[in-house]
Amino acid sequence: MNILTVDTSTIVASVAILNEEKLVGEMIVNHQKKHSEKLMVSIDHLLKDGGLSIREIDVFGVVAGPGSFTGLRIGMATIKGFAQALNKPVVGVSTLEALAMNIPFADGIICPVLDAQRNQTYTGAFHFEDGCLVRDLADSVLEIDALIDFLKKKDEPIYFLGDGLPRFSETLLSACPKGVRVPNYLSMNRASSAAALVLERALKGDVSHYRDIEPVYIRPSYAEEHKQ
Amino acid sequence: MKILSIETSCDETSVAIVEDGRKILTNRIYSQIDIHQKYGGVVPEIASRNHVTKLPYIIDDALSETHMTLAEVDAIGVTNGPGLIGALLVGLSAAKAIAYSLDKPLIGVHHIEGHIAANFLQFPELEPPFLTLVVSGGHSHLVLVEDYQTFKVLGRTIDDAAGEAFDKISRVLGFGYPGGPAIDKAAKLGNLDAIAFPRVFLDKSEYNFSFSGLKSAVLNYINGMKMKNEPINPNDVAASFQMAVVEVLVKKTIDCAKHIRMDKICMAGGVSCNSLLRQMMTEEAAKAGLSLHYPDPILCTDNAAMIGAMAYYNYINGVVSDLSLNGIPGLKIGTR
Repeated sequence: MNILTVDTSTIVASVAILNEEKLVGEMIVNHQKKHSEKLMVSIDHLLKDGGLSIREIDVFGVVAGPGSFTGLRIGMATIKGFAQALNKPVVGVSTLEALAMNIPFADGIICPVLDAQRNQTYTGAFHFEDGCLVRDLADSVLEIDALIDFLKKKDEPIYFLGDGLPRFSETLLSACPKGVRVPNYLSMNRASSAAALVLERALKGDVSHYRDIEPVYIRPSYAEEHKQ
Repeated sequence: MKILSIETSCDETSVAIVEDGRKILTNRIYSQIDIHQKYGGVVPEIASRNHVTKLPYIIDDALSETHMTLAEVDAIGVTNGPGLIGALLVGLSAAKAIAYSLDKPLIGVHHIEGHIAANFLQFPELEPPFLTLVVSGGHSHLVLVEDYQTFKVLGRTIDDAAGEAFDKISRVLGFGYPGGPAIDKAAKLGNLDAIAFPRVFLDKSEYNFSFSGLKSAVLNYINGMKMKNEPINPNDVAASFQMAVVEVLVKKTIDCAKHIRMDKICMAGGVSCNSLLRQMMTEEAAKAGLSLHYPDPILCTDNAAMIGAMAYYNYINGVVSDLSLNGIPGLKIGTR
């Protein structure tokens, strides 16, 4: 089963092709938000280098959110387009869950932290149990203090990763004595981590129709939030 | 040649299939007006969210109406600007993925050139050259269409678009959003000579427009009456305001056509649905011996059929896009 997964939820643009045997290829660019211009070109390169045609992809995966609203839609609209044209199923996974998959042997709490602007963070919490990812905190948009309140009750190492760290790591690490900042190269979104979740779900038949999948923004639009 | 086209530059999610640039096989339009009405105008983030949700459904609707599959489509056309960037990127990302999956040509289309091409759908015999007045919520342009690929902007608004002025005045008068149809309706009940609002012609030898001064004049009038505790008649204000806009649009268009010795004029864009504009332009064009074309209202507001028409003329002239095609919010007419 060949899975093509895209992640354009943050400044990182990443595409991976994964099947049961191997990671066929992956592209990660952590440079500028030029996702609209680069994404399809990257997908085309990766498929060609991997000796595959888009028609040989069985399931399309996407990082559905939370993250940059526009970025989420670029990935989502692209994946929906593939699935609609080729009549294939799709799987959407959480940005935060995918980040947790970057460090599968962590022996404590994994806390992805994305910069949600306005001094807030898109965050969640996970740990691995017998090799499986278990969720401890639902994906949420939180003030950093609210996240700290949640984490303070924990007595295990806490691994922080994600694009919110440049802004929040000092606050988090000083509030959590057992906090660990994951090295930069493992701290960013990579489509292979998301693809592992997509493959797992696809193998269980936990897939969606292209019409039924949507970005998971978590936060309403500014206009909706401020309407009365 | 059958082109499936996608338009998501503002608050309409639209998908069409057009044959050879002239024949509409389907033109599905999902309007989000109801959603944006309570905010008094289009909210870009909400528009973009609705596009990504609705677009696959609208594509399926277009296909089922024509009993076609995507594989039977010859090319994919898509608006890549100008427009709201977040909204544009939804249609563009989908169009690229579909074109790539099916190995079909991808054709980027300029939204305003699309509006102009709506005339090709309405009038199968119509061919360039002609002069077009393009007036909509975001645009007011006088464009000389020399041929299917050569668009020369002879005049443009130096501040607000005509449609913007309609929306603003409508909101102030309490008629709500969208302002164009609301003002048009109210104006029919009002006296267009009631209030002498200024006609802004700028330099008479040029074909640029300005509507911000008129907008201010209307607001000043309303505020002035309020200060004096005198009631205003919203229908009179609407009628007088509309007349001031239309008179300038018509005069500039006719003068421009005469000056460049062009005997064929067209109108395009949402504001060209305005009934007074249609009536006055028809009268003045006839007086000046000019032929006038304008599409049905459904083809004047944002729709994908017009994008499909323009995509065809891009394609047969060798203008095809690659996978790096980007959304450009301020895309200039005549550029890619």
